[in-house]
Amino acid sequence: MSAYVTKSPWVVHYDGSSCNGCDIEVLACLTPMYDVERFGIINCGNPKHADVFLVTGSVNEQNKDVIKQIYEQMPEPKVVVAVGICACSGGVFKDCYNVLGGVDQVIPVDAYVPGCAARPEAIIDAVVKGLDVLQAKRDAMVEGGSAAPAVEAPAADVKYPPIFTMSEVKTNYKVSK
Amino acid sequence: MVVKIVISVIAYLVLAPLVGGLLAGLDRKLSAKMQRRVGPPVLQPFYDVFKLFQKEKMTPTRFQDFYVMIFLIFIIVSGAIFFAGGDLLLVIFTLTLATAFLIIAAYSSNSPYAQAGAQRELLAMMAYEPMVLITIIGFYMFHGSFCVKDILAGGEMAILPMIGIFVGWMFILTLKFRKSPFDLSMSHHAHQELVRGMTTEFVGSTMGLIEVAHWYENIYLLGFVFLFFANGSASGWIVGIVVAVAAYFFEVLIDNCFARMKWQFAFKASWIVGIVVGMINIFVLYLCF
Amino acid sequence: MGTILFLILFPMVIAFILLVAKSDKARDVIVIGSAAIIAAMSIVVAILFGAGGMESFSFNGEVVSYIMMIIEIGLCVYIIITGIKHKKWLAVIFAAVQTPLMVVFELREGHHIAIESNMYIDKLSVIMILIIGIIGSLITVYALGYMKDYQHHAEGKDRRPWFFFVMFLFLGAMVGLVTSNNMIWMYFFWEITSLSSFWLIGFTKTKEATNNAFRALIMNLLGGLGFAIGIIILGKVFQTVEMSTMLTIGTVYGDLVAIPAAFFAFAGITKAAQMPFNSWLLGAMVAPTPTSALLHSSTMVKAGVFMIIKLAPVLGMTNFAGIMVMMVGGITFLFASCAAISQNNAKRVLAYSTIANLGLIVACGGVGTAEAVWAGIMLIIFHAITKSLLFLCVGTAEHHIGSRMIEDMDGLFCRMPRLAMCMIIGIAGMFLAPFGMLISKWACMVSFVDSGNVLLVGFICFGSAVTAFYWLKWMGKLSAVVAGEESIETGVHKTETFVHITLVVLVILVCLLFPVLSNFMLVPYLEMAFGGISGAIMSQSNMIIMVIMVAFLVLMAVLFFGRSKKNIVPIYLSGVNAGDNRLYHGSMQKDVEFTLRNWHMEKYFGEHKMNLIGGVLCTAMLVMGIGFMVATLVSLLGGVA
Repeated sequence: MSAYVTKSPWVVHYDGSSCNGCDIEVLACLTPMYDVERFGIINCGNPKHADVFLVTGSVNEQNKDVIKQIYEQMPEPKVVVAVGICACSGGVFKDCYNVLGGVDQVIPVDAYVPGCAARPEAIIDAVVKGLDVLQAKRDAMVEGGSAAPAVEAPAADVKYPPIFTMSEVKTNYKVSK
Repeated sequence: MVVKIVISVIAYLVLAPLVGGLLAGLDRKLSAKMQRRVGPPVLQPFYDVFKLFQKEKMTPTRFQDFYVMIFLIFIIVSGAIFFAGGDLLLVIFTLTLATAFLIIAAYSSNSPYAQAGAQRELLAMMAYEPMVLITIIGFYMFHGSFCVKDILAGGEMAILPMIGIFVGWMFILTLKFRKSPFDLSMSHHAHQELVRGMTTEFVGSTMGLIEVAHWYENIYLLGFVFLFFANGSASGWIVGIVVAVAAYFFEVLIDNCFARMKWQFAFKASWIVGIVVGMINIFVLYLCF
Repeated sequence: MGTILFLILFPMVIAFILLVAKSDKARDVIVIGSAAIIAAMSIVVAILFGAGGMESFSFNGEVVSYIMMIIEIGLCVYIIITGIKHKKWLAVIFAAVQTPLMVVFELREGHHIAIESNMYIDKLSVIMILIIGIIGSLITVYALGYMKDYQHHAEGKDRRPWFFFVMFLFLGAMVGLVTSNNMIWMYFFWEITSLSSFWLIGFTKTKEATNNAFRALIMNLLGGLGFAIGIIILGKVFQTVEMSTMLTIGTVYGDLVAIPAAFFAFAGITKAAQMPFNSWLLGAMVAPTPTSALLHSSTMVKAGVFMIIKLAPVLGMTNFAGIMVMMVGGITFLFASCAAISQNNAKRVLAYSTIANLGLIVACGGVGTAEAVWAGIMLIIFHAITKSLLFLCVGTAEHHIGSRMIEDMDGLFCRMPRLAMCMIIGIAGMFLAPFGMLISKWACMVSFVDSGNVLLVGFICFGSAVTAFYWLKWMGKLSAVVAGEESIETGVHKTETFVHITLVVLVILVCLLFPVLSNFMLVPYLEMAFGGISGAIMSQSNMIIMVIMVAFLVLMAVLFFGRSKKNIVPIYLSGVNAGDNRLYHGSMQKDVEFTLRNWHMEKYFGEHKMNLIGGVLCTAMLVMGIGFMVATLVSLLGGVA
């Protein structure tokens, strides 16, 4: 009965400071070629309806509040997927004076999709894997405990491990040259 | 007689959400096919709604849920009146009441997106209302009764003498289903300028109620299409149901063929359709019956 | 008989007492006391006469007629003098024409016409008396608190005694109007109401108020002229000045009686502020709000529609008078509703909605079938209650938020919760399904379709859609929960709150009890006036469903309204909501406040455009209708000669 959270993951997509490369790939997932609606995935564009939060681009001083708030406005259970290497770690912008780093600097991330740009297959893969996390969070909700980690919690404290850890990123996926 | 009414009302209460949800699923599947996609499972709308009920409970104001609940209840009530063979005007007035509560619900959050959507819904309401009333008056002039049960028992199909009204009804059905090109207030599709329009602030179960209400609503709006073909015999039933289903998929086709039009067009077009085909047909009915 | 005379004379006596009572306390006591007495007496009248059919009173009128004539001459002189003083020549001309006309007629012809009964009371009069007695006196009570605030803001000397004088005079005259069978008497009361509204509208004595007051006076004098001509035709051709006799003749010679009826209906149309005469009612908005409430709900405009409803049996699709009336009503309904969309000023929206609803009543009268008249009377009842409620709410809101603009009523739900709820109930009563107005609109629609006037069907279809638009956007504005607003409701006068709550209770009660009202008051009246009702007006089961819906809504509201246990979260603002739901982080690191505004669609429903089109169409209908009647009359008299 409680499996429905995984059957209709609605997505909200936020472009942090991406070069639009990853954004285009996110949208590519919706095209007939990849057709994520097969999995019931809808890009709903509204955090209040969304289950999955896709972030592209790195986090900086300008957008950290936005990311935080979108995350807060999503009802539990919810998953965050960092799409593209900038969202994972800050990417080539990591050392910029205004860049804080990856999305996990402000909100807990459940799945990382590296790549520059991230490939649609990888994005779909991450969202689908994120569904397990969604299910786990739902189960936790039913059990009574609040599954919502504090917003300020750093990535390391997240109850559920990321689908792809940074070390896996290096071994599983080739980062574009 | 009473037993029959009770049975049909209960059947409506139970079956309408099932059929409505299934139609919504078929809609999405068919749309996907039209776009050469695989599309979601046919049962996807049900998954969506069940999921919505599993989400965390949130609301922007303490009052919104009351309005949404009343919206759902009165949508169901108006459908029940329809399937009980009741008065068509009563059906429509109850539907207007329900829609009013939906609009108030959207207003109550004071969210810019919800309110902008609500105002567009208001506009849509103003655009389709005359044609809805004209349709009902047309039935009255043809069958001599506002009651669904009398229309069903009527000896003749209304479709030919009321062909103009039928065209008008099909036109405003797009507005009522909130399909492209007239999905002004809340689009089913991703990416629209109003976030999710009216439904922006409806979270989780609240949104689920809205979806269920739409299933109920869609079913008896299609019931109106059926009424055009009712002639009291089995052939009327078959033709009516086939055309009603066809009408739904025609709306899906329209949905996939058009981009959204501006509200100005939606408003002007539906009033012009109302005046031209609706009023002229009424006049013809007046002369002939 | 005595009770009715009491209801006419008592308010007038009170009026004069109020004119001399200068202290606030004395006025409070007198107004509240006499309002209670008037309301109680009108209920007594309802109990005494509500059960029976029509009762006529011969009431020896000779002396009274002379007194009336003298007062009338006095009023005429007054109008001429004020008209000259303000250089309003039209008013002077109309007054100078009609009063001498009437006086000459009365002196030369009036004596030869036998008058059976000068006064009467039937169920319609009882309904009108209840409206005047209860709603009217509630408004006077409300006015106590309102006028205190008003006087507080206004400079200059305290003219409240005058204000209350006119209000009570008005109530007395209205009761007289709805119980006069002698048209000359009715004309007398008719003129008093015209003049009272002139005084009330011009109360503030600003240039605008004076101009608008004169506009109202001129238009109503024009209607009065029509009235006078109608009486003269009635007297000359039919040798009667009695309403009842006229209607009796009408059952046989419908086409002939339509001639004076057209003139009376014209008077009714001016008084009911139908297009092209709607501008006087809009101009009346400059007056203090109780005036507007009084004019719109229980007096003045209701006199106009009362006249037309009374005439309904001789109107209808078969004669030009009927077609004229129904078309004017229908056109006014559509275009006034449209014009309301473009308005932001709450009082103007209410004014347009009044004009539109009166249009519907007038159209019902014009259709002239029992079903239509049922709808018309229901409209009168529901409209009186809901409209007075809305006006009084707007008046209170205006004094507390300092604006009567709808756009400024943002967050009224939080600032003045009780008032906002009253207003929402009032608005729901104006157009939403199980509530009052819609029931009558429903009946209207059915009777219009049955009348066979296809244009009228179109008017009501499109007009209803437009009506829903402007009410709902206002209702939405009121129901929006704007964060961070404090309640400022503490300063509302007790009398104002009392009146609001009473009216809300009345709205709901009437919605719940309307089938009873229909069975015991309307249906007997219609059977008397139309000799039986052809079909069921509205099936009992539908009425019951409506009543259940109202009860259900009230119950649900009591049980669940505002009782959500969900987490309250901030709204989505596409970016960062600064936390208070009113500001968002804009670019340049600055918080920006957003405001929300409704659609007014000036391009489509601009006020001037609507008034122009509606005015031209209605004028054309009036010219055609009256012209045809005059032509018939001329040919008739020519034939006789």
